[in-house]
Amino acid sequence: MYLETHDVVKQYANHLALNKVSIGVPKGTVFGLLGPNGAGKTTLIRIITRITAPDSGEVLINGRHSVRDDIYNIGYMPEERGLYKKMKVGEQAMYLAQLRGMSKKQAHHELMVWFKRFDIMDWYNRKVEELSKGMQQKVQFISTVIHNPDLLIFDEPFSGFDPVNTDIVKNEMLRLKDEGKTIILSTHNMESVEELCDNIALINKSQVVLQGNVFNIRKDNRPNIFRFRLLADDFDMEHPSIELLSKEPYHEFIDLRIKKLNGISNNDLAKLIFDKYEVVSYDEELPTMNDVFIKTVTKDKK
Amino acid sequence: MSSLSLIIQREYLTRVRKKSFIILTLLMPFLMVALSLVPLWLSTLNDGSVKNVAVIDNTGIYAPLLESTDQFEFQIIDEADQQESESKLGKDLFAILQITNDLNKDPRAVSLTSEKQAPIELQSVIERTLNEKVTEQRLDELTQSSNVDSEAIVQVRSIIEDKSGITLRTLRMGDDGSVKESSTEIASIIGMLFTILIYMFILLYGNMVMQAVLEEKKSRVVEVMVSSVKPVNLLIGKIVGIGLVGLTQLAIWILMTSVLFAGVSLFIANPEQAVAMSSEMSDFNVEGIMNSVMSINWLQLIVYFVLFFIGGYVLYASIFAMFASAVDSEEDTSQYMTPVTLLIMFAFFAGFYSVSNPDGPLAFWTSLIPFTSPIVMMVRIPFGIPFWEILLSLVVLYGTFLLISIFAAKIYRVGILMYGKKPSFREMMKWVTYK
Repeated sequence: MYLETHDVVKQYANHLALNKVSIGVPKGTVFGLLGPNGAGKTTLIRIITRITAPDSGEVLINGRHSVRDDIYNIGYMPEERGLYKKMKVGEQAMYLAQLRGMSKKQAHHELMVWFKRFDIMDWYNRKVEELSKGMQQKVQFISTVIHNPDLLIFDEPFSGFDPVNTDIVKNEMLRLKDEGKTIILSTHNMESVEELCDNIALINKSQVVLQGNVFNIRKDNRPNIFRFRLLADDFDMEHPSIELLSKEPYHEFIDLRIKKLNGISNNDLAKLIFDKYEVVSYDEELPTMNDVFIKTVTKDKK
Repeated sequence: MSSLSLIIQREYLTRVRKKSFIILTLLMPFLMVALSLVPLWLSTLNDGSVKNVAVIDNTGIYAPLLESTDQFEFQIIDEADQQESESKLGKDLFAILQITNDLNKDPRAVSLTSEKQAPIELQSVIERTLNEKVTEQRLDELTQSSNVDSEAIVQVRSIIEDKSGITLRTLRMGDDGSVKESSTEIASIIGMLFTILIYMFILLYGNMVMQAVLEEKKSRVVEVMVSSVKPVNLLIGKIVGIGLVGLTQLAIWILMTSVLFAGVSLFIANPEQAVAMSSEMSDFNVEGIMNSVMSINWLQLIVYFVLFFIGGYVLYASIFAMFASAVDSEEDTSQYMTPVTLLIMFAFFAGFYSVSNPDGPLAFWTSLIPFTSPIVMMVRIPFGIPFWEILLSLVVLYGTFLLISIFAAKIYRVGILMYGKKPSFREMMKWVTYK
């Protein structure tokens, strides 16, 4: 594990922001930190980045207690982010890079690389206030990764980006992951979670309610719904283990969605159908992360 | 480079490079010189017209003695023409001087009527002339009375004519027993000048710190910043950086103003004008002023000024920053800022009144209380006060600053990341205990 938190508790005046939160982020993976608004994600990130301290519990980096200097090895892009409006883009990026412990020369060199990569060299001497929000986001992204940290934390990184730029940023993240960086991604965009994240933790009401590998989580939350495509004119079958959810003709086929009941095995279900119909294809529906999110959070409410 | 020096550098450079700062800093000295010289120059001009003053003298003794000047023309008229003169008042005639009786017997028998307020110069011309005449009348009477030695009267006359020629020199005994010439007026002027400067800079630059904290919070830069620097460094960097801007401006102002004044005084110091000026300010002893200006220990004064300036600025700046960090917008600051601003204004008025009584209880106590001391103490120092008082005042000031700044840093650290509802004082107190 590159990053671990153990039983982190943070109490504010009138509410408990984090209640014994433990997460583990393996090295070189993308970790999704999910949860509804106000669940405590930002507080947890602020504790990891040492902006605030936990009331109890601990944060481990590479197996040892995190220390002040670790922040130079973290790149954090907060959800609420801004730049000094009156400063020039290049000056600003230099300033932020130097604050993250880089020398002037190093910072300038790296900036040139990134500005070229994002094709924004001609912004270098423009004032920040002249840039659009998406452009500012790019500068933000650069100043988050410029000092080549091993741990990157992005809070809603795609807000303000058009689809083209979203794609560019996603690819950059995957490239960074391939370089061995560990990434924590906090977002409400569940599609990008499926696309990017290896593991997730879902925080609700100050507690971790779900944690693990994305594929396993989706598998474990299967609603037992199967899709069949049959070569048939119609489908008509009554069985205590089958609940027909929908039936749609598609060209010469019929598409079915069937819910499996009474805990029969997948094989038995398949056999039931295969015995009577010509099956063109069939598969099991995996829930989207969106479904998992909604299901977990609303279940929690009850 | 450490993050703190980077922050200080940025805060300083972005402000010093601003056009508005450069223009204001370079223009102000010219403005100050102009503002102080123009009234002086204007006062040497008169409006060119000669003011007519009608004199109705029932006794006939005094009227011929009033000599017309280039500003006032005295015209003797009869009592019979009084009605007519009164109708001309405010048009051809500026004032009517009426003497109804022998002033030797009835000193109140004289009056000056005008439509506009009579200028002081006119009053003093009339009073001086009449006084001289009455003194003479009385001496004459004394001479005529038989039982007085006429020789003695002659002596009295000469004594009066010579006047006593007394000018009170105020001297000050230093701690080492040396005596220096001092001037209360000069001390007051210098004290007031420094006080106004400190007052102005605390308000101006304290506000600048507040704006800077608010700007960072509003634009959410602060969220990015705190991920790489300690909030307390951000706070210190801001206060130090902006303070250095203030010191830069101050140094430029003082330097430029003194150079300009020196230049201007060389330029206009032609003998004719100098004579005209010194005759007008007859009580003014130029040499005496120079002596008292020189007698002030400028080095000491400037060292104290800088110490109190810095102390006052950092104390108030941390308070301003603390409150600014707790709110989201300028509009919300007023609730907290009003008491602070009132406190500074109180200090200013306390300083103002301390000029007339620099050792009174008001001056003494307000120059020890840290929130008023930077402003009041500068009034008192030119008058010369015991060293222990200055030292105590400085110790209390810097001690308070340390306490307040620890407190302010704790609130700032939490406040900059809190958005939404404006916190109450009690909530802010709770922040102090956060880890």
